[in-house]
Amino acid sequence: MPEPILELRGVNKSFGVVHVLHDIDFQVYPGEVTALVGDNGAGKSTLVKAIAGIHPIDSGSYLFEGDPVTVHGPNDVAALGIEVVYQDLALCDNLDIVQNMFLGRELIRHGRLDESAMETQAREALTSLSVRTVKSVRQSVSSLSGGQRQTVAIAKSVLWNSRVVLLDEPTAALGVAQTRQVIELVRRLADQGLGVVLISHNLADVFEVADRICVLYLGRVAAEVKTSEVNHSQVVELITAGRSGSLGLDSAQAAQSM
Amino acid sequence: MTTVNAKRQTGFAPADFAADDRTDETFLDAFRSYARRVRGGDMGALPAVLGLIVLFVVFSVANERFTSALNLANLITQAGSICVLAMGLVFVLLLGDIDLSAGVAGGVAACAMALTMVNDGWPWWAGVLAGVGSGALIGLLIGTLRAKLGIPSFVVTLAFFLGLQGVTLKLIGEGGSVRVDNPVIRGITIDNMSPAAGWACAVLIVAAFAALQLYQYRRKVTLGLDHPPVGVVAARVAVVAAVSLGVTSLLNVNRSVNADVEIRGVPYVLPLVGVLLIVLTFILNRTRYGRHIYAVGGNAEAARRAGINVDRIRISVFVVCSSLAAVSGIIAASYGGKVSASSGAGNTLLYAVGRR
Repeated sequence: MPEPILELRGVNKSFGVVHVLHDIDFQVYPGEVTALVGDNGAGKSTLVKAIAGIHPIDSGSYLFEGDPVTVHGPNDVAALGIEVVYQDLALCDNLDIVQNMFLGRELIRHGRLDESAMETQAREALTSLSVRTVKSVRQSVSSLSGGQRQTVAIAKSVLWNSRVVLLDEPTAALGVAQTRQVIELVRRLADQGLGVVLISHNLADVFEVADRICVLYLGRVAAEVKTSEVNHSQVVELITAGRSGSLGLDSAQAAQSM
Repeated sequence: MTTVNAKRQTGFAPADFAADDRTDETFLDAFRSYARRVRGGDMGALPAVLGLIVLFVVFSVANERFTSALNLANLITQAGSICVLAMGLVFVLLLGDIDLSAGVAGGVAACAMALTMVNDGWPWWAGVLAGVGSGALIGLLIGTLRAKLGIPSFVVTLAFFLGLQGVTLKLIGEGGSVRVDNPVIRGITIDNMSPAAGWACAVLIVAAFAALQLYQYRRKVTLGLDHPPVGVVAARVAVVAAVSLGVTSLLNVNRSVNADVEIRGVPYVLPLVGVLLIVLTFILNRTRYGRHIYAVGGNAEAARRAGINVDRIRISVFVVCSSLAAVSGIIAASYGGKVSASSGAGNTLLYAVGRR
C-alpha cells in the first residue's frame, strides 16, 4: 500500500452544539479515486469544506504526504496543491475557456497578458485529458454544455499540477452522455497520479470509477472499503443504516449517533 | 500518420480538438460564421454602427449643411468630452453597476480646475491634476460605499448626482460662472494641429496598427494557436486606415465660412480621445486588471474563489470612471470657455450612456 498523499486522523467538527464530524479518519492515495458517499446530512460537504480549509477543524490532525500541516484557510490548501471543484461551477460565463482556466493566475509577459502561452498550456492540459468535446479553447464558456463546463473546471486542476482534486457531485446535473465523459475524465486524472476524491450520490458512477469507497453515516466513517470487495447493496445498507453484516459501525455506536 | 505516431510516443492522446484537425478557416468562412453569429443574436457593435449610419443619412437629407466640413469638424470637437465620459462609464457598466453621477463629477472637477487656476493662480497642469484628483476622490467615495456597505450603485450615485450639484453651486456661487481662458486648456478644443502634423499622426497610427496586427498574426500562426484568416487581418487594417486617413483629410480641408480666415487641421481633442481609447482598450483587454474586471462582472463569486479581490476591483472602476469624468469635464470647460453651476448636469450623462 502506498503512503496516503492526504490523510485526516480523528477529525472532529462542531457547529455550536451540533457535532457534525465524529473522529473522522480519511485517506486519499495518489493514483486512486476515493469515493465519498453518504446520505444527505451525513457530513460529506462539511468534510470537503474542512479539507478545503473553509471550515477550520476543532480537533484531529491534517497530514499531507505524511507530514502534519496546519491549515488556516483556502489559500493554504491551494498552496499544498489541493484543488476543489465545487458543485456550482466557479466559471465566468463571459470569458472563454483559456481565460477561465487561468483566472486569478494569469501569465504575464512584458507587463501584459501572455495569451499565447496561456492558450498553449490550456490546450495541453485539455489534450492530456483526451478531451474530445471542445471545439476551440477560445470558445466562450457560456456556449458550453454542462458536461463541457465541468470538464473545463476539472482541467483547471491539471493545469496547476494539483496533487489532490476534490470533486463535489460533478455529475449531479448532467445527462447520460455527459456523465460518461466526466467519469472517464475522473479516471484519467487518477491515472496521471493525482489523488482524486469523488463525492457522489450515484452509486453506479461510484462503482464504475472508484478504487475505494468511504461511507459516512451521521458524521462517522461507517466503513472504508475497496470497491472490489463490496457490492452495491452492501454500500446502500452502509449508507442508510451505517452497517452491513460484518462491515460498518457496531449497533451501539450507530444508535449513539442517532 | 507520422504526426499521430509522434504524439502517441510522447504519451499524449491523439489530437483531440476539432480545431487541430481542421484546415485554417478562409476569409469566406470567417464571414459566414460572423453572419451566423449576427443571425443568432450576437450582434456586437453592429447596431451601434448601423445606427450611426442611419442618423448620418437622415440628417444629411434633412439639412444639406450637415455634411459640410465645418459641421463635421464641430461634431467631432463637441463629441470629445462625451466620448471620454462614455469610456469611463464602460468600466462601471462592465461590473453591472451604474454611475449616474459621472456627469456632475466632471462638473465638480472642472470647477476645481478652474478655481485653482483663476483664484490661486496655479499653472494649467496643476489645475488639471486638481480636477482629476477630485474626480478620483469622488470615485473612491462612491466605490467604497458600493463595495464595502453594499448600497446599490443606483442609489449611491443618484445621491452623488444631487449632492455634487450642490458642491458645484457652493464653489461657484449661485448663477455665476468661472472663465477658463488658459491658452493650453482652451487649445484642447479650439486649436488645430497643422495639416502636416495631422497627416503624420494618421500615417503613424495606421502603420503602428498594421505592424501590431501583423506581428500578432505571425506569432499565432507560428505557435499554432487559434487565429483569424489573413483576409480578416487585412480588412481590420483597411478599416482603421480608411477611418483615420479619411477623417484627417476631411479635417485638413479649409472649413471656414469666412473667406478671410482659414480654419484647417485636426483639433487637438481628437488625438487626446484617441490616445485614451487605445490606452483604455489595452488595459481592458491585455492586462490582468482588465481581465479581472470582466471576471467580476461575469461571476463575482467565481472571481472571489479564484483569489481576486472583488471589493478592490469594484472600488477601482468607480475611481477610473470618475477620473475620466473629470477629464471629460475639463474638455467640456475647454470647449465652453467657462465652468458654470450647471456644468455636467442636465443631459450630459444621458448623452454618454446613449453613446456607449
